[in-house]
Amino acid sequence: MSAAATTPRFARFRNLEFLIGALLAGGMCLAVIFSGVLFPGGAEKIDLMARLLPPFTKWAHPFGTDPLGRDVLARVITGGKISLQVGFISVAGAVVIGVVMGLISGYYRGFWDMIVMRFADVQLAMPFILLAITFIAIAGGGLTNMIILLIVSQWVQYARLVRGSVLSLRDREFILSARAIGVKDYRILFQHLLPNLIGPVIVLMTLNVATNILLESSLTFLGLGVDPLIPSWGGMLADGRTYLQNAWWVSVFPGLAILLTVLGLNLLGDWLRDSLDPTGRTSR
Amino acid sequence: MAGFLIKRFLQAIFVVIVVTLIVAFAIRLTGDPALMLTQGAGSVTEEDLVRIREGLGLNQPFLTQYLQFIKGLFTLDFGRSFLGGTQVSTLIAAALPATLLLAFSSLIVSIAISIPLGIKAATSRGKWPDQLIRILSLIGLSFPNFWLALMLVLLFAINLKWLPPSGMSGFSSFIMPAVTMGIILTATNVRLVRTAMLETLNSQYIMVARAKGLSENVVLYKHALRNCAIPLITYFGLQFGGLLGGIVVVERVFNWPGLGTLAFDAVGARDYPVLLAVITVLSLLIIGVNLLVDIAYGLVDPRIRTE
Repeated sequence: MSAAATTPRFARFRNLEFLIGALLAGGMCLAVIFSGVLFPGGAEKIDLMARLLPPFTKWAHPFGTDPLGRDVLARVITGGKISLQVGFISVAGAVVIGVVMGLISGYYRGFWDMIVMRFADVQLAMPFILLAITFIAIAGGGLTNMIILLIVSQWVQYARLVRGSVLSLRDREFILSARAIGVKDYRILFQHLLPNLIGPVIVLMTLNVATNILLESSLTFLGLGVDPLIPSWGGMLADGRTYLQNAWWVSVFPGLAILLTVLGLNLLGDWLRDSLDPTGRTSR
Repeated sequence: MAGFLIKRFLQAIFVVIVVTLIVAFAIRLTGDPALMLTQGAGSVTEEDLVRIREGLGLNQPFLTQYLQFIKGLFTLDFGRSFLGGTQVSTLIAAALPATLLLAFSSLIVSIAISIPLGIKAATSRGKWPDQLIRILSLIGLSFPNFWLALMLVLLFAINLKWLPPSGMSGFSSFIMPAVTMGIILTATNVRLVRTAMLETLNSQYIMVARAKGLSENVVLYKHALRNCAIPLITYFGLQFGGLLGGIVVVERVFNWPGLGTLAFDAVGARDYPVLLAVITVLSLLIIGVNLLVDIAYGLVDPRIRTE
């Protein structure tokens, strides 16, 4: 490690990164959770007298209004619900399946190992967007389908990561001795192996929530995601695209919301990776 | 080496079969294309439906149809579009070059930015240029590609009127789509270049080159860059899938006449032969590139073969 990587200035910079990441991601989550309190009028209140109002002109509509006179700020904050829901639920589902499959395939090898590795091959060859187009063309869009799709296409990442760690841990003394004194297999997997490999999994989860928010919003933007009548970042951008010529604010603010939320999560993930793994201090 | 080649090749074939089976089966689940075709056609008798099914080969069992489809792959015959009855292969042949050209130009944009920046980050490791490049790459990773495309349109097509907002017509129409995907790719590539360079810069031949008194630019761009070319080509090759996935979305914003636009139009019109063909062609491309990268890497680095 270079000396520069461990100077106090560097450490302070890292902490600043954590602070900004936590502020962006945490702030957005809080705002979305309390959107009902913040905007009692709701995202759907139509004000036909104030259509396409530019931003920063009226206190009532700081980010302006859309073609139906709905408040852009209220819609951006309320619309975050969809993205955050999809992001967190899909990652939770993928982690549970992926970690269990990874533990089993790495520890027992054989059949399950082959399944995981071949799934990984297929996943590498089929970008998510293609899978999504096929699946949604057939099963239809919507929140539940999108979450299922994300789980199906992403558990393999966790399985591969966990499998790799298990392979390097399974012949270490502490596992051999646990086996020698007759500890049950499931306890070896979940009590002895799992705590030793959970760090990188948490890092991947943080970055994965960010990726899934991006994927959800692009699917919804393309009209393959959630119902366009429900306010969502992707949906607002699809609407705003039509008015790009004369009302830039309708497409700028929802996109900024995605960018800042995802950036916050990426900063947190990056910071976590470095704090959990001091030898990788250079973000290799 | 022969064993390694055969193994990789068989794995690739397995992936092709799984991907096409999934897609073909999923499409089969959607219902009777004969009914969809005749929707809104007025008076349709049961005999008409039977005739359409026979004409499309839909009365045969799924496996027979799938084998037909695979046989068609070898002769580049994907059947006819439900819409207008054009040969699907004609549609694909028209759209594929547009997508590949865009992929290629995005790659060039990304390489042109990420190599100098990655080298700068590696040589100033831990200092402010390295930190700045890392933060910029994080920001790039956080951009939704379609929104970046919209913002470029807003700035360069609507406000400044420098570039055409959509379509493929001449050099200027390539700039915005290629820059959009180029920036998204650069966010990851910069880190890869930096990592590969850091490893190379520690080696003894770099020390020798410096000791000889060569200028720093010759050392970096001639000696070091050439030696990390192999890992870099591998990384770039593995990104091909992600690149095509991104292009499919960005094509939509720019009305680019490529495979992505073809696929979305097919979804909208429930034109399943076209959809199946597009997905198969894109997957084949990705599998082919991954296979080539693997083989190239195996040729250069014997350790990979025995894995």
